[in-house]
Amino acid sequence: MKIRCHGVVEKGLGLKVFLLLLMFGFLAGWAPYPAGAADGVIRISGGTAHIPVMKAAARVFMEKHPGVRITIAGGGSGVGIKQVGEGLVDIGNSGRRPTEREIEKYGLVLHRWALDGVGVIVNRDNPIRKLTRQQLKAVFSGRISNWRELGGVDHEITLCSREAGSGTRKVFWKKALEKGDISDRAQVVPSNGAMKIAVAGNPYAIGYISVGYLDGSVAGVALDGVAPTLENVKSGRYPVVRGLYSNTKGSARGLVKEFIDLLYSPVGEKIISGKGLLPVER
Amino acid sequence: MKLRDRISYLLFFLLAGAGAGLTLAIFFFMVLLGRPLFDGATFDLLLASKWLPDRGLYGLLPFVFSSALIVTCSLLLAFPLSLGNAILIHLLAPRFLARGLYRLVSLMTGIPTVIYGFVGVFLLVPLVRESFSRGSGMSVLSASLLLALLISPTMILLFVESFAAVPKAHLRALEALGASPRQKLLHIILPGAANGLLAGFLLAAGRALGDTLIALMVAGNTAARPTGLLDPARTLTAQIALVMAADFDSIEFKTIFACGIILYLGSAGLTLLFRALVRRRHDPSGFGVNP
Repeated sequence: MKIRCHGVVEKGLGLKVFLLLLMFGFLAGWAPYPAGAADGVIRISGGTAHIPVMKAAARVFMEKHPGVRITIAGGGSGVGIKQVGEGLVDIGNSGRRPTEREIEKYGLVLHRWALDGVGVIVNRDNPIRKLTRQQLKAVFSGRISNWRELGGVDHEITLCSREAGSGTRKVFWKKALEKGDISDRAQVVPSNGAMKIAVAGNPYAIGYISVGYLDGSVAGVALDGVAPTLENVKSGRYPVVRGLYSNTKGSARGLVKEFIDLLYSPVGEKIISGKGLLPVER
Repeated sequence: MKLRDRISYLLFFLLAGAGAGLTLAIFFFMVLLGRPLFDGATFDLLLASKWLPDRGLYGLLPFVFSSALIVTCSLLLAFPLSLGNAILIHLLAPRFLARGLYRLVSLMTGIPTVIYGFVGVFLLVPLVRESFSRGSGMSVLSASLLLALLISPTMILLFVESFAAVPKAHLRALEALGASPRQKLLHIILPGAANGLLAGFLLAAGRALGDTLIALMVAGNTAARPTGLLDPARTLTAQIALVMAADFDSIEFKTIFACGIILYLGSAGLTLLFRALVRRRHDPSGFGVNP
């Protein structure tokens, strides 16, 4: 069994190394792939929220098919859509629904296999654990720029946001900020992993992240009293929710189809909920 | 010319031509793909003073400014450091120390920028954040410090080499007159190696301008123009890396080509500047020393 992962490293190397490499996953996303989709290779790239599930599913898949190699790269939703559209990868993941133009241009077939919340996060040392939507909008537009104004310490807020093609950003902007401004003073990081590093390493930072990535290293912030947890995503109470898509160019065939079917199987559903996401039916 | 000579001449001519052709082709490719940007209305968008795509503002000037600022700061830090180091290695240090330093510096030229970025994120950024009361540590200062570290080894090696190219005969003549190391340095070595110093400086400037990862990882990537060294900033290269993931048809994506053209012209400008300066100097040392 062999896993060759761009930007993803086996457990045991330490969280920081793993996350940092995730950060570079988006660069690895540009690395040339071996030409031609040989029978025994499935190439996956795109959304970083998908990666934990992709890794686990790849492991299960390769136990069943020892001859198959699966490569998993990051890059962000935009990269995933672009690369699958151009035939550079077999599956392009996106944390947003590809636009009608993208679907039409590339002949994409969408497979939505999970729902994911996008939660606001702060550093663990930050006492603030809840914000109203008005406060959140004010913070991200830059109208509130000091934690004191929210009842915290007297220190400038470090805003963290994501790059233009990010699915996480798009959903957060649309559903949490209701298309309100994101200040141009916000720092920009290129992946969910990098966001977690940025906020975990800076006591004054605030950012947003896939709920699947939420763990003890950062603190989730309740929005209008609803915490960003899997339970609240499941019950429908948490409003900032998006689908996670695995896109193929044309209908999936052969190994790729089998891999996607795996995500919808009971085993796949168990993996998905194990990674803090909500599995959905085809 | 013999046949063999002709064949090798032709072969090398073709290779050189292909190299030069590729470089030019890249430029035309960028202009071609970025062409929709250069009609009047869209071009004005690029000149806006802010980058706020959600509001239809696509100004690239903050990134041009940030790139220039970071490159300037890193050169201001790295040039004196490199010159001092090169003088130490070439002139002042005892032989074993000079050799050790030289090896160390050669080794440093090979370190990938990712490593510097990695160290920067976990060591330098928190240090900068704690040392100053404001800012997040992701800043122009952090990026400039790391870039200075990245470009210094190249400069030091080029400086040492250009020092070594100063004719020994002149040095011996000066020694015979009882000159001190300081006098040798000021009157023979530095003037004689001036072209080499200039070459090293501009090469380093080009490298600093073109580096992506360090700025991307430690400069913070804010779209707003920095107002101080502790402010975060986004360079042109980081802008390309970040916008790469945007929808192909969007204006955001097309601005990548404008950034590419600016960077291309910037480094071409540096090279041309170097050639002009070298030609103007006419080698005043009279030593016939070339970089």
